[in-house]
Amino acid sequence: MSLIKREIHKALNNTQLREAVLSSCRRSVEKRNLTSSEIDDYEAARQRAKSIRQRSIDELESLHADFRKVFEAAGGQLHYALTADAACRIVVDLIRKAGAKRGVKAKSMVTEEIGLGKALTHIGIDAIESDLGEFIVQLAGEPPSHITAPALHRSKESIGRLFAEKLGVSYTDDPVELTGIARRVLRERFVKAEFGISGANFIAADTGHVVVVENEGNGRLGAALPPLFIAVTGIEKVIPSLHDLPPLLRLLPSSATGQRITSYVNLMLPTGREDNGSQEFHVVLVDNGRQRTIEDPLMREMLLCIRCGACLNICPIYRSVGGHVYRSVYPGPMGAVLSNLLGSRSEMHMELPFLSTLCGACRDVCPVDIDLPRLLLELRARASKPVAERMAAAGWLWTMSSPARLEMAGRIAKTTGRLFSGVLPTGGFVESGMSFHHQAEKQRR
Amino acid sequence: MRISLFIPCLVDQAAPKTAWATVRLLERLGHDVHYNTNQTCCGQALFNAGFRDEARRLAERFIRVFRDAEVVVSPSGSCVSMVTRHYGELALSSEYVRDWEHLKTRVSELCAFLVDKLNITDVGARFPHSVSYHASCHLLRDLGVKDQPLRLLKNVENLELIDGDWGDECCGFGGVFRAKFSDLSFSIADRRAAELANGGAEFITGADDSCLINLQEAFRRIGASQRTVHIARILAAENGELL
Repeated sequence: MSLIKREIHKALNNTQLREAVLSSCRRSVEKRNLTSSEIDDYEAARQRAKSIRQRSIDELESLHADFRKVFEAAGGQLHYALTADAACRIVVDLIRKAGAKRGVKAKSMVTEEIGLGKALTHIGIDAIESDLGEFIVQLAGEPPSHITAPALHRSKESIGRLFAEKLGVSYTDDPVELTGIARRVLRERFVKAEFGISGANFIAADTGHVVVVENEGNGRLGAALPPLFIAVTGIEKVIPSLHDLPPLLRLLPSSATGQRITSYVNLMLPTGREDNGSQEFHVVLVDNGRQRTIEDPLMREMLLCIRCGACLNICPIYRSVGGHVYRSVYPGPMGAVLSNLLGSRSEMHMELPFLSTLCGACRDVCPVDIDLPRLLLELRARASKPVAERMAAAGWLWTMSSPARLEMAGRIAKTTGRLFSGVLPTGGFVESGMSFHHQAEKQRR
Repeated sequence: MRISLFIPCLVDQAAPKTAWATVRLLERLGHDVHYNTNQTCCGQALFNAGFRDEARRLAERFIRVFRDAEVVVSPSGSCVSMVTRHYGELALSSEYVRDWEHLKTRVSELCAFLVDKLNITDVGARFPHSVSYHASCHLLRDLGVKDQPLRLLKNVENLELIDGDWGDECCGFGGVFRAKFSDLSFSIADRRAAELANGGAEFITGADDSCLINLQEAFRRIGASQRTVHIARILAAENGELL
């Protein structure tokens, strides 16, 4: 049994996890449906957002050059990392150079992707996760299970037990009290933070703004308070203009959490260019397979993704077992695709594209209209197949190349109780009599 | 109208009554129904399993069998979407591309054919039972066929259509997905079946036998009494009896 199958088996037997995931996904989808229905001509808004993202990908190189010009003129420093390791090295060097030891991190999937947490811990740098969900999974030593709601798989009771155990507080499962506990721990850390790390939802090529949307104010505090701030994001997150932001923000919070807008929308520029004690402001752009994906005409569509997580919430599979079963940083339909595009070629997740019923709900809900089923199918075609499967496929082709063979195979299948290579059961409902084909031929005679 | 039937291999072998119901229904509506006995599988199973080259060969076979047909009708949203949408992704050899471009506009799923092409919403059926409709994913989301089956069911005499807020989630079948991840597939099916069973209808109908067989199993597993039946069989029912 593969690792993923074992994880699925475990998740299916975990009632508490399944209830937490299903109810959270359903709630998110309901809220998403409500707020997206308030948008005039949703489909037009979606196509507009898609065309902005399309331009970002099409003109990536010149947009990067534009961004660099304005961002550096404002006093920021731009870094470019080809690989995950290179990105970690850049961040580590910046922190070391500043002589910093303790800092705060805001939510960022790219830092998960490059394994930054481990890289920092490894050299004794303490970066506490300041997003409540990330704070929870960091305490638990788990990866996030959802790209916008990292602790979605946990019930309030399990969070209460975790806090009692790890933080030495008395047990409570009251969400308000639990949030208060996390806030008390984090406030002190914000004040003492020597560096702040965050992701970025977008960077604007015409003005140099780094855009971070969030709901807890932790992104804002962690970016403004420490003397060193580093935003790590994917190379594809550049948008042509700050004017392109409103159309994207119309859809991102609605698709992600069902909010009309997030509590905080941070548009950040470096604060100075002289060495006058002002904050150091860095942006690290991570490639890690993205440029290669842009050059792949059948897969580049995936880079339109704005990481809202709507495809996770609506996916019949994700909502049944949660994100950890995917065994990759990005779960759900987008993760099943992205995990096979990013990173080094040796870390492919060939089983993931098959972890889908191809129901198409992800495509319908995607705010930038990514045809996820098409991408999953393309990856299935590229996956190397086990010998047994290749033989079954050859057998299927042989059988279906003649009506007589199909008829024969059908009869054998009905007597052995397995139809279509075991895909369909034959017991009960499946009609036991002659095939339509056989009856039709008899009638003709 | 001369109509060529496209009976998917799964319907042919596992649910032939659906095929006969389609014949009876179309003939009752005054059409000349033909069945080319040389047809087999459209290639969807291979395509979904990632075997493009093998799928292409079945697609080209399908095009050879049907290229001279005036109109092709099939009681399956899934297989029709394979033919009309996905054959374009198969790198068909050039001699087939034009035939496919021409053929794909003439291939219809049964409900869409009745309502959109023939403008019929009352097929003169009678079925004195309560029925809920499960939208199969490829019919709904690949072909965009949403209201047509419901409009047809509403006009069936004595049929009580039970609608609920159970949405249009997938039944968890997914062909190769079910074969590879059967526990998970069953779990999704059981959840969907429980939602539909809560509506209390005697019958659950839809336009794809693959989903209906999957759901029928789930009803049995969860101990619900619902029966699944393809919409063609309800629409073909004249005297209140299923074929």
